[in-house]
Amino acid sequence: MTTPAIAPLRKTALNAAHRSLGAKMVNFGGWDMPLEYSGILSEHEAVRTRAGLFDVSHMGEIEIRGPGALDLVQWVTCNNAAQLKVGQAHYSGLMTDHGTFVDDLLVHKFSDTHYLLCVNASNQDRDFDHVVSQNQADAEAENAGARYSQLAIQGPLAKSILQSLTKVPLDPIRYYHFTFGQVNGVDCLIARTGYTGEDGFEIYFDPQHSEKLWNNLLEAGKPAGMIPCGLGARNTLRLEAAMCLYGHEIDETTTPLEAGLGWICKLEKGRFLGCDAIAAQKQAGLKRKLVGFEMLDKRIGRDGYHVQVAGHEGRVTSGGPAPCLKKNIGMAYVPTESSAVGTEIEVSIRGQLAPARIVALPFYKRSH
Amino acid sequence: MYPAEFRYTKEHEWIKIDGSVGTIGITDYAQQELGDVVFAELPKVGAQLKAGQSFGTIESVKAVSEIYTPVSGEVAEINSALVDAPEKINKDPHGSAWLVKIKLSDAKEAANLMDAAAYESYVATQAKEH
Repeated sequence: MTTPAIAPLRKTALNAAHRSLGAKMVNFGGWDMPLEYSGILSEHEAVRTRAGLFDVSHMGEIEIRGPGALDLVQWVTCNNAAQLKVGQAHYSGLMTDHGTFVDDLLVHKFSDTHYLLCVNASNQDRDFDHVVSQNQADAEAENAGARYSQLAIQGPLAKSILQSLTKVPLDPIRYYHFTFGQVNGVDCLIARTGYTGEDGFEIYFDPQHSEKLWNNLLEAGKPAGMIPCGLGARNTLRLEAAMCLYGHEIDETTTPLEAGLGWICKLEKGRFLGCDAIAAQKQAGLKRKLVGFEMLDKRIGRDGYHVQVAGHEGRVTSGGPAPCLKKNIGMAYVPTESSAVGTEIEVSIRGQLAPARIVALPFYKRSH
Repeated sequence: MYPAEFRYTKEHEWIKIDGSVGTIGITDYAQQELGDVVFAELPKVGAQLKAGQSFGTIESVKAVSEIYTPVSGEVAEINSALVDAPEKINKDPHGSAWLVKIKLSDAKEAANLMDAAAYESYVATQAKEH
């Protein structure tokens, strides 16, 4: 995900705040982002047991407006946005005409004529160009990333911490729903979404209020043990929850069906970009599938490592330690005939084959 | 911070020489750069190593880092406590989390390594590049 150091790194409005907290910074898709503050393991644990605060302002926003808004969203994404109610969001895929991923995204319905797409940071300009190029519905599309900062408050205590800074009742906001209201005096979109496998919220607001909200949230969460968390913990948390990461599990060569995301492919909704390719693949059957695995010794199968299963090759898309499970886990594409849970596979690690076993996904599911 | 009796490499290993035996570890700077260490793979006792050769790996949550021996010789002892407690490398990199002891084949090789003052200024220039 690192890009060549040609263009200057892009910064969120909280760059100075991260540095003053002593964050270790990293180039993530062209953005100068915090990798970790106190350490990935302690940040991961905080989110699983208490709460963590993430700056995810690098994420892109694309707004679609006008009478043709729904038609455009329906055409470029595979999930059925016609089923969304105002104040509801869903996970979806921005599709190529081959039925593969330009990006994955969240679609928020503001009104019948206004949708907000939250897309990956490093893809946002490409996504916007793609949406515009497919805009036959005469909708208005805005590349709005610069108008939003975004913070993620995640963990079992996230709700009570955020509630201490807002009069908006958070309890009635259901998972994958959102509302508008003030947090700490700042107008926000408050969504009950996240990328950690825990309960939590993502709030979107004008970047000029970033430092105030960041600092006051950190302060409000301190007694409950909330700490700032970086992209390192965001990755280990989403991997335990088996959520896909663009450029790893999904990209322009993978389809939703192969990635186990058939549930976001609503072929019955009408025609959309890539629907024929996806329907054809569904009919013909999958050659390969995304599976989860756990290592059977102490070695770690990481992103990009080769996998061998019953004489066939596969590839690890994401792999690493699962701090809460005390195991080393990963996801990989393997031939469909060798994808059953319990199948023994081998991961090639620096020239040696290490044993692993296919397990059910997700690796981690919250109990609270 | 960096013990005066150690010698240091550009790859951030340290070596402490007692007679014909060198004890090798990674520096505090190296463990900070790696972050939380979760796995250490060390060579077998008896392995013959040449100076500059990779002899194992240390893995953090995020990264894999090879470790290189500053001197040639035979592995006399490995720190097997690190197999079950690799996090010691974060807590005490210059002490109890040493990696291997090597029976030196050429004591003069260590003369080319940095002393503590040289390593500290080297680390300062590395940090600036970040």
